[in-house]
Amino acid sequence: MRVVLERREEPLRFMQVGAPILALLLTIVLSWPFFLLLGLDPPATLKIFFVEPLSSWNGISEWLLKASPLILIALGLTVGFRANVWNIGAEGMFTIGAIAAAWCGLRYGASDHVWLLPLMAVAGAGGGMVWAAIPAWLKTRANTNEILVTLMLNYVAALILSYLVNGPMQDPDGLNYPQTASFEPAAMFAPLFSGLRLNASLFITAAAVVLSWLFLERSFLGFQMNVSGAAPVAARYAGFRQTRMVWLSLLSSGAAAGLAGMMEAAGPLGQLTPSISPGYGFTAIIVAFVGRLQPLGIVCGGLLLSLLYLGGEAVQMSLNVPASLARSFQGALLFFLLAADVSIVYRIRLRRR
Amino acid sequence: MEHLLVPILYGTLVAATPLIYAALGELLVERSGVLNLGVEGMMLIGAVTAFGLRLAGHPAPLAALAAACAGAVASFFFAFLALTLATNQYAAGLALTILGSGLSGFIGHNFGSNSIPSIGHLFGLDPMVYLALLLTGAVWWFLYRTKAGLVVRIVGESPESALAIGYPVIRIRYLTTVFGGAMAGLGGAYLSLSYTPLWVEDMTAGRGWIALALVVFATWRPWRLVIGAWLFGGVTVLQLFAQGLGVKLPSEFLSALPYVATIVVLVLISRNPLTMRMNAPMSLAQAFRPE
Repeated sequence: MRVVLERREEPLRFMQVGAPILALLLTIVLSWPFFLLLGLDPPATLKIFFVEPLSSWNGISEWLLKASPLILIALGLTVGFRANVWNIGAEGMFTIGAIAAAWCGLRYGASDHVWLLPLMAVAGAGGGMVWAAIPAWLKTRANTNEILVTLMLNYVAALILSYLVNGPMQDPDGLNYPQTASFEPAAMFAPLFSGLRLNASLFITAAAVVLSWLFLERSFLGFQMNVSGAAPVAARYAGFRQTRMVWLSLLSSGAAAGLAGMMEAAGPLGQLTPSISPGYGFTAIIVAFVGRLQPLGIVCGGLLLSLLYLGGEAVQMSLNVPASLARSFQGALLFFLLAADVSIVYRIRLRRR
Repeated sequence: MEHLLVPILYGTLVAATPLIYAALGELLVERSGVLNLGVEGMMLIGAVTAFGLRLAGHPAPLAALAAACAGAVASFFFAFLALTLATNQYAAGLALTILGSGLSGFIGHNFGSNSIPSIGHLFGLDPMVYLALLLTGAVWWFLYRTKAGLVVRIVGESPESALAIGYPVIRIRYLTTVFGGAMAGLGGAYLSLSYTPLWVEDMTAGRGWIALALVVFATWRPWRLVIGAWLFGGVTVLQLFAQGLGVKLPSEFLSALPYVATIVVLVLISRNPLTMRMNAPMSLAQAFRPE
């Protein structure tokens, strides 16, 4: 038997939406044997995974709280992915953004000023942009592969964070724990509802969704980015400058990831520790693909991947399932999604040799 | 200082070995025009497989062989996506890395902090160090001295022409990709069997990505790759020794050295666009659909 791809006359539009759903179903089917292997009842485990986390107000608050940075980072990454610029360093940009914001928060936290949070947001976005400027500069000046540079910088950023929370930024009254002092209330987002962790930073993400929709779908620059990703030769003929696309891609994804880092630091974390991100930077790549590189889709993708995080935590706590299983499902989801996407443009036929 | 020279040299050879395996496999894959960004994931799968078997009391050669098979199976999934379904190779490779990291963590979640017996020594170095060099010679000989190697290079430069002459491009790419997976599995096995020898989640710590950078640094040539790996091994070992000797620098700065060094060599080698255009396989990372 041989797999043959036949180009369709018309792309299969409904698979744009159908592919992520199909991929999710296949991932659930794949999870079945894993749960059996662990001696668990699959339907009951799936209920704990997907339903239980959303069955309380606290659960829904946590769901949105985790989805928010994923959506924001994925929106930024999408700008680059559309232009074929592969930034896989969002994790590092997130970290540097959080550090920059935390520095401002700790330095001016006692001042209680209304402009403190905006200052921290600017610092966070700026920190992410500085970290993104390194691969952008190296790519445009020295032709360096952005995938490898952004990835290496993730490790460097993690080490910088570790250095800072063990040294210059360590809490002097913290019993030598590797962490900064807790932020003052003025340096934190206010919770939206009392007793829940969901905070006002959700509105930043909401604003980013609208902004990125305007930019990607309604601006000439966004159009240029689409063209240079889909048809680089045409883009060159049209005189779109490749250098500008690279800078724009990396800086916007850096700003988004840095801002997400600030939101996490000034939100649920309230201080810096050596590990501030449960892999948001990588998961956001999946969010961007699940969301079809479109702002509204990314909102759905972020909600789905956030639920995968929560479900993973839920089965870890109540059934002792290792957390890495949820990470495997993330990878499997992307695998199935890429495979399902082929059917948009091609008919997949099995043929005898 | 002199008494340190020998341990530093030995340490360099050892630290370079996992990189040689993984990068050598990827070199052949890229020579056939395929870019597999899943090296990190395949190494982790190899590492956890080898460690698990060794922990269960199986002999080291069997553990290493099984790791190679596990890496090959992992790469097969990538190959199905990237070659049969002709999806975006970057995305398929990333998916493999995420999947490999999660799956290896899942398989190894109850290995704990158990230790395993050493794999033995020959002139102070373990056999896998020598095997890595032997394999480098074999890949060089294959690429430049056999007809099959020539075909692989043609497939990488121009799959359309290769297909027109009558070579089964997709099948050849499958073979190189699966070979690359087996080699990444061996590289991972070396880490968990000999280098550490422990199982820690995500223990490769970016070595799969450094291996990808090494292939570029080596301008897709096997022996230059070994030299590059030794350079990296040297940087890794020197920073470890510097930490041990109490150099007055925060340990994080020293630990960052291999990653910073990777960026520096990438800049040095990529700066001249001509070098890249002359050496990079023409069809690298481009989806190929015979129509």
